[in-house]
Amino acid sequence: MQILISQLRFAAAKLVLNRGLVVALVLGPVIGAMLAFGAVAAQDATKKDANEITIDNFTFTPKELTIAVGTTVKWVNHDDIPHTVVEKKTTFRSKALDTDDSYSFTFTSAGTFDYFCGLHPHMVGQVIVK
Amino acid sequence: MARKGFEDRGQGLGRREVLECMVWAGTGVLWAVSGGVPHSVGMIGDALAAESTGFTFLQMSDSHVGFDKAANPDALGTLREAVAKVKAMPIKPSFIIHTGDITHLSKPAEFDNADKVFGETGVQIHYVPGEHDIIDEERGKAYLERYGKGSKGAGWYSYDDHGIHFIGLVNVVDLKGGGLGNLGAEQLAWLEADLKDKSNSTPIVVFAHIPLQVIYKEWGWGTEDGMQALNLLKRFGSVTVLNGHIHQLAQKVEGNMTFHTALSTAFPQPAPGSAPSPGPMRVPADKLRTFLGLSTVSVVQGNKPLAIIDTTLAG
Repeated sequence: MQILISQLRFAAAKLVLNRGLVVALVLGPVIGAMLAFGAVAAQDATKKDANEITIDNFTFTPKELTIAVGTTVKWVNHDDIPHTVVEKKTTFRSKALDTDDSYSFTFTSAGTFDYFCGLHPHMVGQVIVK
Repeated sequence: MARKGFEDRGQGLGRREVLECMVWAGTGVLWAVSGGVPHSVGMIGDALAAESTGFTFLQMSDSHVGFDKAANPDALGTLREAVAKVKAMPIKPSFIIHTGDITHLSKPAEFDNADKVFGETGVQIHYVPGEHDIIDEERGKAYLERYGKGSKGAGWYSYDDHGIHFIGLVNVVDLKGGGLGNLGAEQLAWLEADLKDKSNSTPIVVFAHIPLQVIYKEWGWGTEDGMQALNLLKRFGSVTVLNGHIHQLAQKVEGNMTFHTALSTAFPQPAPGSAPSPGPMRVPADKLRTFLGLSTVSVVQGNKPLAIIDTTLAG
């Protein structure tokens, strides 16, 4: 549910920025929310997977991700430069991901997993499995 | 555009005279170093004329063979241009030092293409790996099989030429999360032993891919335990540190140590902190070659200094 709300917020924010700034301000939050709901439905086909971590500009986004045990997380590299995903205790380690390559890992146990890019170790992220 | 290239970390090494230089485009400048203090002695044309004698070697770096993105769709092509410059040099360098990132993705075909083009120079090449050269499935095996003969560990080694002691270090292996480049205890112990019998007057040239000194921590431009290596080198009268990785020129002198980073032959990267990330910098196609290049290092025999000349592909 939390994820859905945050998606709605995200969609609402996006809508406001895109075309609805004046409309939303004038007509208030009720209509804004209705429009946002429509926007979520329309974006369904292209929306980002909630358990996807993107790499843009040498940064993992989201930097912290909380998931349930058994969830598969997918990392996608959008940079022009290859990156890797390496867990601190090498629980998992991806191959080099070239532009638009992805890597998936299924978390089967609870815990906090700190990971980084093996090529550019200043790039760090965390997955919390509950 | 020119921002502070090196952090002064208050190490207080040697004299306070510090000279920084970040050259972005155009012709190179010859730097001569006397007693640890550099002075430029002329632009590249004059410099080449002046440096007709003595032992020279060349630094090439960050060829990224296989890179084909917007910042340079043909990295192999610009490497060919760089090699053509080498072939056209009036005095052939004794050898070439390549400071890593020979390939972009460590693929066999990329290594093959690189070897073929570098082979045209007819000059021996001493390599150290960049992080892009060890991302094959077996993490560095492909590199070591090709270039690791006679080296130790992940590919470090030393050799002597014309009375100078050359040391190739590897700082791209076994990197730690949140950290910088890494030499590791085994390599540092090897370095200490390697230097043990060398007299203080032996000129030292040490080269590695990632800068040994911290240039910009936020982008990982430095080596975690680099100061330990530099401390081992402090007692020597002349130390030249050659690095790549940052795809731009940066030069600094601290006491008897001269630090120099080379241009890439593939694509430029932004000045520290001037962009959201250190990713490839897109420049207009007709300007690209002014951002790419190679460096010649001249060694004047006797107690004279090393001089570094940078040449861009356009210059």
